[in-house]
Amino acid sequence: MGHRWGMVIDEDRCTGCEACVVACHAENNIATVGDKEAARGRAKHWMRIERYYEGDFPEIKVRFRPVLCQQCDAAPCEPVCPTYASYHNPEGLNAQIYNRCIGTRYCGNACPYTVRFFNFFNPVWDKPLNLQLNPDVSERSVGIMEKCTFCIERIKAAEIRAAAEKRALKDGEFNPACVQSCPTEAMVFGDLNDPESRVSRLSRSDRGTKLLAELGTAPKVTYLKRGAWHNGQNA
Amino acid sequence: MDKTPEQINQDLLRPIYHASWRFYASVAVLASLVLAAFYAWGYQMYYGLGVSGLNRPVYWAFYITNFVFWIGISHAGTLISAILRVSNATWRRPVTRCAEAITVFSLSIAAMFPLIHLGRPWLFFWLIPYPSERGIWPQFRSPLLWDFFAINTYLTGSVIFLLLPSFPDFALIRDRSNGWRKKIYRIVSLGWRGEPKQWHRLEMAMRIMAVAIIPVAVSVHTIVSWDFAMAPVPGWHSTIFGPYFVAGAIFSGIAALIIAMALLRKLLHLEEYLKPLHFDNLGKLLLVMSLLWFYFVFAERLTTWYGNFPSEMSVFWSTQSGRFSPLFWAMVFCNFIIPAPILAIKNLRSKIGWTVTAAVPIIIGMWLERFLIIVPALSHKYLPYAYGTYRPTWVEITITVGTFAGMGLLYLIFSRVFPIISIWELKLGMQRKAEAAAELASQEAAAEQP
Repeated sequence: MGHRWGMVIDEDRCTGCEACVVACHAENNIATVGDKEAARGRAKHWMRIERYYEGDFPEIKVRFRPVLCQQCDAAPCEPVCPTYASYHNPEGLNAQIYNRCIGTRYCGNACPYTVRFFNFFNPVWDKPLNLQLNPDVSERSVGIMEKCTFCIERIKAAEIRAAAEKRALKDGEFNPACVQSCPTEAMVFGDLNDPESRVSRLSRSDRGTKLLAELGTAPKVTYLKRGAWHNGQNA
Repeated sequence: MDKTPEQINQDLLRPIYHASWRFYASVAVLASLVLAAFYAWGYQMYYGLGVSGLNRPVYWAFYITNFVFWIGISHAGTLISAILRVSNATWRRPVTRCAEAITVFSLSIAAMFPLIHLGRPWLFFWLIPYPSERGIWPQFRSPLLWDFFAINTYLTGSVIFLLLPSFPDFALIRDRSNGWRKKIYRIVSLGWRGEPKQWHRLEMAMRIMAVAIIPVAVSVHTIVSWDFAMAPVPGWHSTIFGPYFVAGAIFSGIAALIIAMALLRKLLHLEEYLKPLHFDNLGKLLLVMSLLWFYFVFAERLTTWYGNFPSEMSVFWSTQSGRFSPLFWAMVFCNFIIPAPILAIKNLRSKIGWTVTAAVPIIIGMWLERFLIIVPALSHKYLPYAYGTYRPTWVEITITVGTFAGMGLLYLIFSRVFPIISIWELKLGMQRKAEAAAELASQEAAAEQP
């Protein structure tokens, strides 16, 4: 059986430190657009921390929700692309073929999570960020869409390594940049097709919800909230 | 009072042979606006779409508004002309060709916007299912691809629909001209000699085209509406969109036709041909469409409000009382409150000035409607954290102004190359009328005999 990559994010553990956002930028060669462009709504963060407030002053609570591509099983972004640039890859990821994209931005409109990003200009990096580009990830030119890939370059590298060593992938053997960098281990990544993997067990938790589940997009990211982490019985 | 065929020829062919300085002045002004729009487009292609006001989440705005708007205007012509032909409305004869020309030009303009709005417009041909060495086909599940086929079908159909009944008139110009003009019109009249066989074929072809073009026109705007309705965006995902868009398209189309006819009447001195009767009849159609439009808007708004889905309500309130509400209420004024009373009162409707007064706000209102369908919905998608807004830049405004100028320019040139009123159809109508009168007279004479 093939892999089906998924993620679990524990909102109760998230401190909103944005280490995942920075790691994502570094790993995926995401251009920094500058303050003026960001103010116009052109910032590109494949991973973002949404901040919400609960309750009224003075009993106010800040909640953080890391939002990235939910890698939907029934993704609204895929069928609307006229050129197959956004497609469902064999491992269930919502892949974006940059070379095939002509920039209709229809996928960006159809996505209910607003996690698809358009390159309004050619990418530029503030110095010295231009010296730390990841050679495993292609740069994206002006006029095309880009999005979270679950760090597909890491997935492929791990799969190739495992195949070369003639063994199966181990659970937790590799992680996307955001998961790897999270200081509170709020995120868990793994194979949902393996019922014993950590991500599978956690995604079956009573505390689990899917973001905008009512839209029928069948996301592969599960959010956990309210309650203790690993209270002995969890999942 | 009826004109002789020769007088008709002279009146209607005059613009082909003579142009005043006003014509050249208007061409110069409009052409410079069109050039400005092309400059803006080139600027955008060079630097990237970032020079427009688009952003995340508002990925579509002015360009798609213009696209839907001009597709709507294109319903003026071919559809109205086809319906009038099929229903055999005799008053249609002076109206059909100016209507059909609006379709061809506005559709050509509309078809440019999906290219203008592309991130990489030079790769637009990837929408075409051509056999490539990579064996990749376009995504047939995408409404944008349906759009591509629908627009091409409609454009092809309406060009044929415009050209078919033009051949006898081209032949007339050919026979009355000499020099370079004769050479050109000899080629474009495709050997029309007015033989009975040719007339028969023309009539058959027009009958088939008139019936065939109606479902095409309806489907085109339905598919345009599905660009929105197929996406799970609050405020877009609605079954009403197909008929709503078609009705709105016909509505704005008739308004555009009335304005174009009033201008032609004034500029080309066609007072004897485009009479108050035509404006009165089109005004009645416009009134019906205004009422229908209001009904659709009311039905759409009421179901949204009653359903009370949180994501849809944020879009709803942004147009009713929020940021976009001035535009929304301006639209209601332009599309219903101003035109409906004018068109409902017979004394006003039968005066050309008043009909035009009702038609102009409708053009503005329908443009606003398209904008209000697109931008508020995209600004308020599901997650409040990702809400946004939109403000156009000079690039988008220049291109928008340029398309209106382009429409005027194409129409102006058209009226100098084509007889803007179908001469042979007008004569045929007069002949039929005379025959009917003679028939009636002979019947009366027979009845009077003891």
